[in-house]
This record gives sequence, structure tokens and C-alpha cells, in this order.
Amino acid sequence: MSATMVDTAKHPFRPDRPALDARRRAANAAAVILTALFAILASAFLLYLIVYIARLGLQFINVSFFTQRPRAQGEAGGGWATALQGTAVLVGLAALVGIPLGLATGVYLSEFGRGWPAATVRFLVDTLTGIPTIIFGLFAWVLIVVPSHSFSALSGGVALSIIMIPTVARATEEVLRLVPRELREASVALGATESRTILRVVIPAARSGILTGVMLAIARVAGETAPLLMTAFGTSFFNTSLLRPIDAIPLRIFDFTLSPFQTEQNQAYAGALVLMLLVILTSLAVRWATGGFQPRGR
Amino acid sequence: MQASMTGSAVSAARQRGRDWIARLRLQAVRRPGDFLFRGLTYLLVLLVVAVVVGVAWVLLSGSLPTIRAFGLSFLTNEAFDPVHNTFGVRPAIFGTLLTSAFALVFAIPIGVGMAVFLLDYCPRRLRAPLAFLVDSLAAIPSVVIGLWGLLVLAPWLQRTGEPWLQAHLGFLPFFQGTPHGVGLLAAGMILTVMILPIITAIAREVMAVVPVAQREALLALGATRWEVIRYAVLPFARAGITGGAILGLGRALGETIAVTMVVGNQASPPSLRLFDTGYTLSSVIANQFGEATQGLFFSAVIEAGLLLLLITLLTNVIARILISRLGRARVGGLTV
Repeated sequence: MSATMVDTAKHPFRPDRPALDARRRAANAAAVILTALFAILASAFLLYLIVYIARLGLQFINVSFFTQRPRAQGEAGGGWATALQGTAVLVGLAALVGIPLGLATGVYLSEFGRGWPAATVRFLVDTLTGIPTIIFGLFAWVLIVVPSHSFSALSGGVALSIIMIPTVARATEEVLRLVPRELREASVALGATESRTILRVVIPAARSGILTGVMLAIARVAGETAPLLMTAFGTSFFNTSLLRPIDAIPLRIFDFTLSPFQTEQNQAYAGALVLMLLVILTSLAVRWATGGFQPRGR
Repeated sequence: MQASMTGSAVSAARQRGRDWIARLRLQAVRRPGDFLFRGLTYLLVLLVVAVVVGVAWVLLSGSLPTIRAFGLSFLTNEAFDPVHNTFGVRPAIFGTLLTSAFALVFAIPIGVGMAVFLLDYCPRRLRAPLAFLVDSLAAIPSVVIGLWGLLVLAPWLQRTGEPWLQAHLGFLPFFQGTPHGVGLLAAGMILTVMILPIITAIAREVMAVVPVAQREALLALGATRWEVIRYAVLPFARAGITGGAILGLGRALGETIAVTMVVGNQASPPSLRLFDTGYTLSSVIANQFGEATQGLFFSAVIEAGLLLLLITLLTNVIARILISRLGRARVGGLTV
């Protein structure tokens, strides 16, 4: 009998007290309005940022933006060709080193790793995700730039490649784990060796997921500035040597933003527009290709 | 007796080693493809491990000279002064902690509120596009946020925002001093925007796994939707939300370029005044590496990096423990 007795004095939901009821409804309404306001403000800020930057930057997006070198300080005209070339070189270098390392780590964690070695590698990869990117710049700076007495594209590529590793590795591991066991067993039953099964059956089955991880990693490093400050450094000349400083879109945005000249500050908006479109379009394409609008924050 | 026992243990270990090598050899002969593939994979993974260890080792060995010269006073020294060869990062640590704390104070309620809206209140049709916009905030390169911060936010703060705060909330210790525009306030605001997507994303993930039965039980009792969130969802997700907040904190502590652009990079006397300019650990590195190629100066920049690494490592490990413990999170009861 006593089990069904509710202590009504402490019970929060009292239909017999209309004043309390009204207060509870008001609290609910306040929560709706406040949380909606937060969500709308955050979305509006993003749209505002894109529109604002586009409005100021669009006037500089023309043929010379893609073909010309930057002019001397304060001089009108000039373009971002060196920055575009540099970003392509740096991201290419980073991909060349970072993707194989990330892929191998992902394959190891999902296919071979057991016990404490796998736990250690997983911990280290997680650790890499959380380290501020300027630390990798510092690493490449100490290891390559200081001994060689020169900022270089190579050191920038090395710094960026380390940033790519955890993104690629975790994405690869996650999607490889989703490949059904039956598929592997069928392959082995047909007489395929372990390496053949992984290379010809498991990885192709997980291809789109791995590609997603790779694209996200590329988009991420394409927008990185901090590690490039002390490695690639930036230059206003075209560069064909990996051992000399090289330009990059984020570096040039940084330089132009801090410039005292209005024309260069305005050009920074143009660069920011191109960089943002690059990054957002990549992630949009990835989401579209994988068919999901899932949350992705880490 | 003792000697022979250890002797037999050693020989057993040797035997195991020989067996292992024999197996490896057999595998190499029988299935050269598998052997090569596994070998290559292990080699690359070892390289990744070596990189992580290498980063730690490079920073540690590079900062030895300043650790020897200054010891703990590196943490408390005011000046980062290559002319007099004396170095300390107290203002930088203070600036890092203050701006990150500011960002957390605002980003947690806003981020969790956004997650609540997207999960519970939002009309189904609006959910995907809104979620996409909020997630996209994380994709904006930090140099772009810094550009906006320096050219739009800082001038606005100097002309309008900071004078207004001073006029209306000037009695608080935070809003005193001269409005500069650039400074700790601007850096904190920028960081708020930058960690918001992480906090919302994780809050959304952990709130989504709250058992439906728990929500329905409260609804059946006649609770409003807010009461369901307040008493059934948030207590359940508390550990995960905390983990997400700490992950955001890690990002805020290490954020470099946007903060360097708006924080002012000039040490002010220690105070809670948010209008003052300041330094953060990462902006010290970004500002000083240019001339610091040798000696104590070089070492001091690297030790700033080492400190940053240690602080962010600590926050990340704590965050991951909290998030992974989610499965065992306490089910929050009615505590009215």
C-alpha cells in the first residue's frame, strides 16, 4: 500500500496547483525561445561571415587573382597565384606523407592490432588530434628550418602531414570496422591470403568512408596557418625548390590582414573567400557523397 | 637453485624468441605477400609512433637550457626579454587561461542550449540544415576568423562595444581600463565562436543516447519538455557534456593564429581587466620564433611550446576519460 503513496508535497508535477503549472509552462517557453535564439544566432553568424567576406572580396576575384604574383606593398593590382601554387605544393607534400601513414595506422588498428600495442597506438593517435597545430610547426622548425638556416616548403609539408595522420587514421579504422565479418570470411574461404583480403575486399568495401576521411584531412590542413608561419614562411615569388620558402593562401591572408594598406586588407577578404569556399565546398561534397548530415565536430 | 631457475627462464625466453623468428621466416617463405604487407604496415605505424615520441623529445631536449637556467621561475617571470636574456611566460600563461576560461563560460551554455534546441525543440524540417550550419562553423579556417576579428570585431569593440560595457557594467573588475579593441576580450570572444561547434556537437551526441524510456517516463508523469530535458536528459549527459567542454578548452588553449591576431601581443600588468592587451602561450611562439634561432631565446620559445603541449595533453586525456566513461554514467533521478 505504501509503495503507491506518493509524497505529494515533494512531487514536482501538481495539476491541482494552476499557479505552479503556469510557471512550469513559462519555464518551458523560455527554454524554447532561448535555445532557439542561440541556434539561430550561431547559424546567422556563419551566414553573415560568408556574406560579409564575399561582399568585400568578390571584386578581386578575376583573372589576375589566379595568374599574377602579389605586387609590392601598397601597389594596387596583383594576384594570388604564388599562394595558390604554394598551397597546392604544401598540401600535396602533406598528402604524400600523411595519407600512407594515416592509412597504415587505420589498417593496423582495425585489422592487426591487439592488446597493449594497439591501445598505445590508439592513445597516441588520439593525442595527436588534441595537440595544437603550432606544436607541429615548432617541431618541423627545430628539426628542419633551424639546422638548414632556411624556411622551406619541405618543412611546411612535414608539419602539415603530421596534422593529417590522426584524421585519416581514425576515419580508416572506423569504416574498416564496419565492413561485415562475413565479407572477410568469404574472401578467405575462396582462398585469398590475408593481404589480398584486406587490399582487394575490405578496403574497396570501405572506400567511400576512407575517401571522406582523406578529404576532410586535406580540407583541414589547407586552412592551417600557425604551423606554416615558422616553416613555409611565405614569399611573393614563385618557387620551384622544396628547400626554399613558399607562399600559401592562409599565410597571405595573415600577412595582408596585418598590412597597413587598405588595398591589401581588402585583398585579404578575397583570399579568405577563396579559402572558405575551398574548405566548405570540400566538406559539403563529402557530406553529399556519403549521403549523411551527421554531426562531425572532433 | 636460484641461478638455475633464472637460467631456465632465460633459456625459455630465448626459445620463445627463436620460435617467433622461425614462424616469421616460415610466413615470409610461405606467404611473401602477407609478410610484406604486414611488415610495411607495422613499419609505417612505428614511424607514426616515432613522430609522436619525436615531437615530445624535440620539445623536451630543446627546452633543457631554459629549464636549467630558470627552473620554475620560468613560469612566474614577467619578462620575455631577449635583450637582457631573461625569460618567463607568466603573462602568457595568465592570458591563455583567462581567454580560454572566458570562452568556456559563454560557449558551454550557448553550445548546450543549441544542442537542446537541435535535438528536442527544432522542427524536423529545420533540423538538418541548422545542424549543418552549426557544424560548418567548425570548418572556417582560424585565419579567416582572425581576419574578421581584427578588421571588424576589434574596431567595433573599441568604438562601441567596450565603451558601452564600461558605461553599464564598469563597476565590475572586468570592464575597466582603456578600450583598445584588440585585447583579452576580443580574444575570448573569438575563442567562444571557435569552440562552440565542438561543444554543441559532443553535447548533441551524448544527449542523443539518453534512453527514450527515461524521457517517456518523465513525460508520462506530466512533465513539460523542458522538465524532461532538465531532469532526465542533462543529468544523464553531464559527464559527456563536461568531456566535450574540456575538449573545447583544449582547442581554446592551443588556438594560435586567430588569437595572435586579436590579443594585442603586449603584456599588461596582471589584472582581470579584459580590455587590456595580452599574450598567450601560442602567440608567444608565433611572435618570437623569427629572431629566436639560438641560445636561451631559442630554448625559451621551445619551452613555451612544451608547456602548451603539456597543458593540452592533460586536458585532452581528462576529456577522453570523461567521454568514454559515458556508458557507465549515472542515471540522473528527480532531485527536486
